[in-house]
Amino acid sequence: MKQFWKSMLKSPSGVIGLVILLLAISVAVFGPMLFPNSPWRMVQRPFLPPFTLGAVPLGTDALGRDVFAGMIFGARVSLLVGLVSTLVALVVGVPIGAMAGYFGGKVDDALMRFTEFFQTIPSFALAIVLVAILQPSIYSIVASIAVVSWPPVARLVRGEVLSLRTREYVQAAVVTGQSNTWIILREILPNALSPVIVLASLMVATSILLESSLSFLGLGDPNLISWGYMVGAGRTVIRQAWWITVFPGVAILISVLGLNLIGEGLNDALNPRLSREGR
Amino acid sequence: MLSFVAQRVLKGVIVLLAIVVLNFFLIRLAPGDPAVVMAGEAGASDQIFVKQLREKFGLDKPLPEQLFIYVKGVVSLDLGFSFRQQAPVAKLIGERLPATLLLTLTAFAISLMLGILFGTFAARFAGTFLDTGITIFALIFYAMPIFWVALMGILLFSVTFDWLPSFGYETVGANLTGLTHALDVAKHLIMPAMTLGLFFMATYTRMTRASMLEVKRLDFVKTARAKGLSDAVIQRRHVLRNALLPVVTLAGVHSGTLIGGAVITETVFAWPGIGRLMYDALLQRDYNLLLGVFVICSAMVLIFNLITDLVYRLVDPRIEFAS
Repeated sequence: MKQFWKSMLKSPSGVIGLVILLLAISVAVFGPMLFPNSPWRMVQRPFLPPFTLGAVPLGTDALGRDVFAGMIFGARVSLLVGLVSTLVALVVGVPIGAMAGYFGGKVDDALMRFTEFFQTIPSFALAIVLVAILQPSIYSIVASIAVVSWPPVARLVRGEVLSLRTREYVQAAVVTGQSNTWIILREILPNALSPVIVLASLMVATSILLESSLSFLGLGDPNLISWGYMVGAGRTVIRQAWWITVFPGVAILISVLGLNLIGEGLNDALNPRLSREGR
Repeated sequence: MLSFVAQRVLKGVIVLLAIVVLNFFLIRLAPGDPAVVMAGEAGASDQIFVKQLREKFGLDKPLPEQLFIYVKGVVSLDLGFSFRQQAPVAKLIGERLPATLLLTLTAFAISLMLGILFGTFAARFAGTFLDTGITIFALIFYAMPIFWVALMGILLFSVTFDWLPSFGYETVGANLTGLTHALDVAKHLIMPAMTLGLFFMATYTRMTRASMLEVKRLDFVKTARAKGLSDAVIQRRHVLRNALLPVVTLAGVHSGTLIGGAVITETVFAWPGIGRLMYDALLQRDYNLLLGVFVICSAMVLIFNLITDLVYRLVDPRIEFAS
C-alpha cells in the first residue's frame, strides 16, 4: 500500500488528478454549507454579469438565480451520479465477468453473448430511451448509466479471471475442496483488482459526462440542479449571457480531466511494467 | 472471405432482431396505455374510439402475438406511426438520414485523419515539447462534453467573429443550387462536424501515439533499420501500418458513441438529422418515433462494425477470414 502511494505520487498526472478530485469532493461536501444561497432562488436581477457583485461572483442566469451557487450544488449531483452509477456497473459487471471467466464453456458463451449484445447497442441512445421511458429522476439516471457502462467491466474481469484461474494457488484451492464462490471471492478477484480500479476511475469520468449530457437534453432530475442542466438552460440565451453556459462547462471539464488523470496515475502505479514501456 | 462476411451479416441480423424485441418491451414499459395516449393525441378519448384503436393496432391480442406482429412490421420497414408528426416513423427517419450520414461520416473522417496525424507526430517527437503539447490538448478535448464544445464554438465563431452560421443545414430562403448550394451546406457543416470530430480526434491521437511507441520497439523495426531503410520509410511503411490496427478496432467500438454524439451535436446546431429527430421525439414524449430512431441507430452501428471488421482484415493480412 505504501509502495502504491509512493508510485502514485511520483506520476505527475496522478498528483494533479488527485488534487483536482480532492478539491471537487470538498466543494461538493462543504460548499453548500459555506455558501447557503439556494441555487433555485432568485437572488439578483436576471443576467447580472460575472465579477460585478461579490455576493454573486459568477453572475446570475435568465431567472436571476446565482450561477456560482448552482455550480456548487451541481458538484454534488455530478460526483454522486458518477460514483454511484460506476458502483452499480461494477456490481453488475464483476460477477458476470467472473462467472464467465471461471466456469468457461457454455456459461462463458452465454454470458459473453449477452455482454456483446449490450455493447453493440449505441450507449447514449439507449440511455436516452431508458431515462425517457422510466421518467427522469436521479434513480433512472443512475440505472441507465449503469446499464450502458457495465459491459467493459465484465469483459475485463473475464479476461483477468481467465488467466488467473490456471495459476497454481487457485488450483491448490480447488484441490483442497474450497467452494467455487470462496475461490472466486477470496483467491481470484483480489488479484484481478488493479485493472478494475483503473477502469473504474475512468468510468466515473465517463458517467459524469453522460449525466451532464442527459441533463443538458432536459432529462435531468427536475428537483436537482446539475452542471449539464445549467448549460442547457443557458443555451438559448448564449448571445446575451455567455457566463451561464461557460462556467458550468468548465466545472465539468475540470472534474472529468481530474478523473482521467487519476486513471493514468493509477495505471502507472498499479501496472508499473506497462507504464515504463510506454515511455 | 465470403463465408466470413455471411457469418458476420447473420450475426448482425440476430443482434438486430434481439434489439427489436428489446424495443418492443421498452414501448410497453412507456407510461400510459398506448391506445389511450393515441386517442388523447387524436383529440378524442371516448371508450369506443379507444377500443377501436386497440383493435386496429392489435393491442387487444396476447403479448406474444403482438410481439410477432411488431417484429414482422420492423422487418418490412414499418416502424409504426408518429401521431405527433402525423407521419409514418420510417418516412420521418428516411428524410432525416442523409443529413446524419453526412455529419457523422465527415466527423469520423476528420477525427481519424487528424488523430492519426497528431498521434504520429507525438510519437515521432516523443518526450519533446511538441509531444507534451499534443498530449495535453488531447487530454483536454477528451474531457470536454460535446454539447459544451458546440456552444463554445458558437460563442467564438458565430457570436464573436461571425465567421460561421450557428445553426441549420443551409441558408434558409436562399434557394441556392449546384455548387453554391454545396458550398453553403459545407459552411454549415464545418462547426457541427468539427465539434463531433474533436472528441474522437483526442482518443485517436492518444491511441495512435501509444500504439506507435509500442510497435517502434519491436524486432522487425530494428531489422528494417539494420537494412538501412530511411527513417521516413520505416515510420510510414513499418511502424504506422502496424500501429493502426488498434486504432481501427477503436473506431469500430466508437461507432455507437459517434451516433450518441450526433444526437447532441444535431440538437445544438439544429442540424436536420435523426439525432435532432430523436430530441424532438424526446421533448414531445413521442415513444414510437423515439424507439424507431433507436432501432435505426442500432442498425447503423451494426453496419459500421461490420465494415470496420472487414477493414481490419484488409489492413492485417495475418488475420484469417475463416474463423
